Amino acid sequence: MKKRSLSFYVLAIFFGLFVLFLYGPIFTIFILSLQGPDGTLTFPLRSFGFYWLGQVFQEQRVGNFVEPFGRSLLLGAIVTLLAATTSVLSSMAFRERFKGATPLFYLTIASLIVPSILISLGIGVMFQVFGWPTNWLTSGLGAHLSWTLPIAFLIMLGIFNRFNPAYEEAARDLGASDFKTFGEIVLPLIAPSLIGVGLLTFTLSYDEFTRTSLVSGQYNTLPLEIFGMTTNVTSPALYALGTLTTLFSFTMILSAYFAYRYLARRQQG
Amino acid sequence: MDQHWKSLKPYLLVTPQTILILMFLVVPIIFIAVVSFWEFTGYSMTPAFTFENYANLFSSDVTLRTYLNTFKFVGLVWLATLLIGYPVAYFLAFHVPKLQWQVLLFLLCTIPFWTSNIIRMISWVPLLGKEGLVNQMLMGVGLIQQPLEFLLYSDFAVVLGMVHLYIIFMIAPIFNSLMRIDRNLITAAEDMGASGFGVFREVILPLSAPGIAIGSIFIVTLVMGEFVTVRLMGGGQAASIGKLIQTQIGSVQYPLAAANAMVLLGVTLVLVVGILRVVNIRKEL
Repeated sequence: MKKRSLSFYVLAIFFGLFVLFLYGPIFTIFILSLQGPDGTLTFPLRSFGFYWLGQVFQEQRVGNFVEPFGRSLLLGAIVTLLAATTSVLSSMAFRERFKGATPLFYLTIASLIVPSILISLGIGVMFQVFGWPTNWLTSGLGAHLSWTLPIAFLIMLGIFNRFNPAYEEAARDLGASDFKTFGEIVLPLIAPSLIGVGLLTFTLSYDEFTRTSLVSGQYNTLPLEIFGMTTNVTSPALYALGTLTTLFSFTMILSAYFAYRYLARRQQG
Repeated sequence: MDQHWKSLKPYLLVTPQTILILMFLVVPIIFIAVVSFWEFTGYSMTPAFTFENYANLFSSDVTLRTYLNTFKFVGLVWLATLLIGYPVAYFLAFHVPKLQWQVLLFLLCTIPFWTSNIIRMISWVPLLGKEGLVNQMLMGVGLIQQPLEFLLYSDFAVVLGMVHLYIIFMIAPIFNSLMRIDRNLITAAEDMGASGFGVFREVILPLSAPGIAIGSIFIVTLVMGEFVTVRLMGGGQAASIGKLIQTQIGSVQYPLAAANAMVLLGVTLVLVVGILRVVNIRKEL
């Protein structure tokens, strides 16, 4: 290998600073949430303790987090189920040519990159015109899907790109029906990726704010509840909640990674 | 029968996705377009065909100023994400030796993307606030006497927040296009006597242009419609077109908000088409 040049060290330091920029702020609130009852919103730390983490689960003056958390979990589960199913089906179709493939592809991408306020406003207006009340489970679900479905679809498309069709053809040559081929060959083979995609979709939905914010209706999902807190909470309970929900997301992401690794390895072995 | 099923199959498979995209992207945007011609009677909207909303919009000073401010955010965030994102992607693609490490470090950069935007923004408060860590440190070493007020609830904070939230959308496509560059091209250029910078300018930069273009499209579309960061980090004074629309929705002026949104969509499309004209991204897709 070549001797490491000066540019390597300069860029390595730059990269290190970038990671610090990326993770630094979140670690400051981790630290600030680990204070005793005399803790405040700023440094220096007054004392060490888990007081504020416990406070999150107490009855709050400003809001209740248990119910929004429940809503976010349920919504995330529904979004994951819908996004995973539809994206598996459509990315299987995209392996062959069919009419309308290109427009559908571009529309799906457009759903991802269209300014989020348009989705929010559009769904809001649509519900208004039809006289339907907005609700986190209806209009909120739509807003979540407009964002998670394209991402699940793009990842799935990549997965099926690398998928060897020979296994399917073999099964079909042996007389298996389409459904049987899918159930016994395709599904087991894509299972690791599917679990990974599912967990990531769930995380995206669980943390979604911008597209939902205008169409969630009367009841808040967790990110909306947290947003409401930012204006009127002046104790480290806010940071404690931030810490807990971020740790929850981290857990999901790591589970996605390890589930994928574990299942992929078991398949090879 | 069997042949029939085979030709029908792809259409059945894409039906659910088509329905969802129609329901939650296409139809809502058609509704925005329609409602933008409706009348607003002070507390509700009624079907009509009037250009009044658009006329209001184009004759108002506020619109122009808000657009200029939004463009300022777009420009600054774009520049910052490019200048920070490119070296990061370059380091990962060319200086990290093993593929395993490249993937791992890239994943490290993507993890925050999957966490809550709101929390990521709140996290800046204890750092940048008036009594925040940055001010405490600067005052501690005697560089400043008064806390710097511009760090939080300012245009600076808005740009910083957006760069922090969205930079991965610049890094990922650039990293992707850098990884696809055939390493033999670089060796060839070096053998022909190109300097390190020459290789970068003549080989690497042109070949990574599609990645930059895709990243730029993401940044432009994300920032054009931004209203959350502007509200949380801008502290009331900062204005953007997304925030303006949000305010109009808040006071149920749907037709005006819709007209605004249509103009926003048009402007965003022009910017995206502009980027696509400069760089051909076909081969990346």
